[in-house]
Amino acid sequence: MTKFGVIIFPGSNCDLDAIYVIENIVKRKVLKIWHKDRSLPDIDCIIIPGGFSFGDYLRPGAIASHSPIMKPIKEFSRNGGLILGICNGFQILTEANILPGVMLRNISTRFISKKVKLKVLNNNTPFTNLFSKNEIIELPIAHKDGNYYAPLEMIDELKTKNRLIFSYCENPNGSVEDIAGILNEEGNVLGMMPHPERAYEGLLGLELGRKIFESIVNYLENR
Amino acid sequence: MIKIEINVDPKEGILDPQGKTVERALKNLSFSDVCQVRIGKHIILDIDLDNEDLALKEAEKMCKELLANPLIEEFSIKLLK
Repeated sequence: MTKFGVIIFPGSNCDLDAIYVIENIVKRKVLKIWHKDRSLPDIDCIIIPGGFSFGDYLRPGAIASHSPIMKPIKEFSRNGGLILGICNGFQILTEANILPGVMLRNISTRFISKKVKLKVLNNNTPFTNLFSKNEIIELPIAHKDGNYYAPLEMIDELKTKNRLIFSYCENPNGSVEDIAGILNEEGNVLGMMPHPERAYEGLLGLELGRKIFESIVNYLENR
Repeated sequence: MIKIEINVDPKEGILDPQGKTVERALKNLSFSDVCQVRIGKHIILDIDLDNEDLALKEAEKMCKELLANPLIEEFSIKLLK
């Protein structure tokens, strides 16, 4: 049975939502992991949740990317462990150089909190295998710095290697190529700005976010 | 004690939405000759060292490791007397 770990930094605020989805929707074990821990427990998938780690001081994710837990997380990633970074989690992964690029301030300079339509560009990943290719899904976004930027060569590489996973149908923040989520080269780390952990049952208005967690379980338990 | 000033600025060509917004606001205030506004960060460090070269080297290391993101920002370091 898949065991998840949710990393908690000072200022994380979507950790409990992620834990709720894992325990109550996909019904798997989940451990809370404090950012000062120097080693990881025995887990199969790490979730780096959204929020405002260290108050977004300096740059979103910059200070968290140097927390003690990041060293074992990098090792976990090198060994092929699955990592999902959501929103601030995505920003932390780019600042830690686990994923390429960086998030600039939204082009409107405003915090945007709304539902957005996304296209699933690649369903051949551990995180999206229960979607169909080019499926349009709706998830919430809530960020001020979600304007993805990387140099042109890097964007070309992401494109040619099918590492663009989600794109916005209507670009809300100025991201190059409408990018909402990308995969690392090895295919075991996904960063995404939208919040799947806030969209897991009809009562919330949106429920397709659960499929990301279910895809992870499907990948780990049926491969 | 050595005092060091660091400026971290958006690289030329990198979008600076904050600068753009302030630029528009200045134009709205009739400062019509403003062509461009770029907004960066200004950081002052007190470093407990006697050797200025060493302190500058330390500051550079800090910029590379944490204070600036080389993809989008450039930094300059100045010794303050």
